[in-house]
Amino acid sequence: MNEQSLALLKQGDTATIIALHGGCGFQHRVRSVGLKEGKLLRMVAKHHFAGPLVVEVERRHITIGRGMAQKIIVARAL
Amino acid sequence: MKTILLIGDPNVGKSVLFSRLTGVDVIASNYPGTTVDYLKGRMNLHGEPVEILDAPGTYSLEATNKAEEVAVSLLDQADVIVNVVDATSLERCLLLTVELLEKRKPVIVALNMWDEAQHLGIHIDVRELENILQVPVVPTVAITAEGIKELVRRLDEARISERPRLEGEDQVWTEVGHIVRKVQSVAHRHHSVWDRLSDATVQSGTGWLTALGVLFALFWLVRLVGEGIIRYGVEPVFDLYRLPVAALSGWLGPGFLHDVLVGTLINGKVDYVQSMGILTTGLFVPFGMVLPYIIAFYLALALLEDSGYLPRLATVTDNVFHKLGLHGHGIIPVLLGLGCNVPGVLAARTLETRKQRFIAATLVSVTVPCMAQSAMIFGVLGHYGARYILLVYGTLSAVFILLGLVLNKTAHGECPELFLDIPPYRRPSLLAVTKKTWMRVRWFVAEAVPFLFLGVVVVNILNALGIIEHLARHVAPFMQCWFGLPGAAVPALLAGFLRKDLAVGMLVPLALSPAQLTIAVTVLTLYFPCVAAFAILLKELGVKDMLKAALAMILTALLVGGILRLVLM
Ligand SMILES: Nc1nc2c(ncn2[C@@H]2O[C@H](COP(=O)(O)OP(=O)(O)O)[C@@H](O)[C@H]2O)c(=O)[nH]1
Ligand SMILES: [Mg+2]
Repeated sequence: MNEQSLALLKQGDTATIIALHGGCGFQHRVRSVGLKEGKLLRMVAKHHFAGPLVVEVERRHITIGRGMAQKIIVARAL
Repeated sequence: MKTILLIGDPNVGKSVLFSRLTGVDVIASNYPGTTVDYLKGRMNLHGEPVEILDAPGTYSLEATNKAEEVAVSLLDQADVIVNVVDATSLERCLLLTVELLEKRKPVIVALNMWDEAQHLGIHIDVRELENILQVPVVPTVAITAEGIKELVRRLDEARISERPRLEGEDQVWTEVGHIVRKVQSVAHRHHSVWDRLSDATVQSGTGWLTALGVLFALFWLVRLVGEGIIRYGVEPVFDLYRLPVAALSGWLGPGFLHDVLVGTLINGKVDYVQSMGILTTGLFVPFGMVLPYIIAFYLALALLEDSGYLPRLATVTDNVFHKLGLHGHGIIPVLLGLGCNVPGVLAARTLETRKQRFIAATLVSVTVPCMAQSAMIFGVLGHYGARYILLVYGTLSAVFILLGLVLNKTAHGECPELFLDIPPYRRPSLLAVTKKTWMRVRWFVAEAVPFLFLGVVVVNILNALGIIEHLARHVAPFMQCWFGLPGAAVPALLAGFLRKDLAVGMLVPLALSPAQLTIAVTVLTLYFPCVAAFAILLKELGVKDMLKAALAMILTALLVGGILRLVLM
């Protein structure tokens, strides 16, 4: 498997979420917009200078900060 | 009276549904988090009046911010819960649904956005969903009212679900996954050209290009519509109005009352901009100069909002706003502030931390020119070409960034990261856009125009009594050496403290050089726009932070005015 943090994916990569790190509140927040274990996602955009990321999950786009993305562990589809 | 609560995720159509049910107009927008307070309305249910509440959006009953707390606290008041669900994001919305069912209150589910779900090839077995949840489920399309009658008809069927209770969060998530697998099937769709274009608007390079294009188009539209309204609406009316004013002027004859009501005659005639009378300039400034652009601006803003572009703009600009202690969402107060600073400052509420709210409110009130200030900038500098106008806006933008950097360094507190759910692009509906524009314009006329008018009255009386002149004599030496402006311009700078737009009429007759006018106009724009802005800052920030904001404003105005003087003269 190719496990890494969401923040390390490149634009255009697809991956499956395998684990969420961080506190309960954080986990709850990201799950409630659809970023859950087992979900397939696609990296739509990565902004420069440690800017935000945009991922697509379940046909919806979500903007998420780098720090938060680091706590989401994914397995990249090869 | 029975209370019905509309509750659901952000941006699922609760507000549209609310206005459908109650007939009360509310602002619905295609970006999450517009409703921060709840709204109350009434409807007739089978001949009985019932109260309806429109709650702020929440993803779950475990609230993570102020708006969500409000939503959760409303549950206690509710007799019946209408859970509004977005049929295109069933899985996400069901979390709240399942949590609500545990509350053991009568629930009915409105499966909204049914049209979009069909369009996207999402099939939901409504019968099966009803069976599993054990409460009524009604597909609706809030914007076309499809299914609303059915929803109202079945309100009485709302009931307490008798499903077994779930233990803990894990079980809730598993259950949600379970339900979705049972009731939903999605036709596979290819990534279309349209999807690619939509992606491009949030990516770094193309995203910035789109943002610049969109903002440029926005200003072009505001100018086009604003000038159109003036040419075909305002000018003919005020031309007709000259007759009664001239008659009144003749009838009153010279004196104090004439000075206050009609003002001074320029070359024996009333001049709507320079006369300063309550019935001349006092009416012309708010209705003839500011209102046309306010209408145009709110129209453009409504188009921008309802298309769904704003969350994308917030994503693209996030980087810049982070340096200023804000995040991408800070674009919302700024945009609103370009119309009138008051709603701009109010929108700062949607930011998460106190530090962010302080920075946003201060930046908006100091550096973002409201429509009245823009009218002044164009009114004073318009004759000298685009160069000076661009200089003023360029200076304001630079000050926006610099002041933001400084505030970010000096204010205490945190700046969380941007976390935003981006709704799909939608074609704005003409009806919704017109209605929203109308509501905002009506708000402006009721809340802001009285202040514009009051400003004219106060300045007028102070002027007629010679108080401004007296004050001006005292501060003139300072203003002269610091800003390089002649003593005659000082009354304008003082009166401008109350009302910027009046300053046009006071500055134009002075024959200042374009450089001097640029300095005067920039300084006037950096002051808070008006008394209403002071009041709203006080209300939103409290005394201490309001004073800090005021200090920032005074220091900025002095510094920038002084620097411009050195550079330009
Ligand atoms: N296609 C479609 N759009 C809808 C429907 N209901 C609401 N909308 C749009 O969805 C957006 C969000 O609506 P709003 O009422 O502000 O959502 P709220 O945040 O839940 O109050 C607006 O742009 C509405 O015009 C619907 O049934 N179908
Ligand atoms: Mg709403």
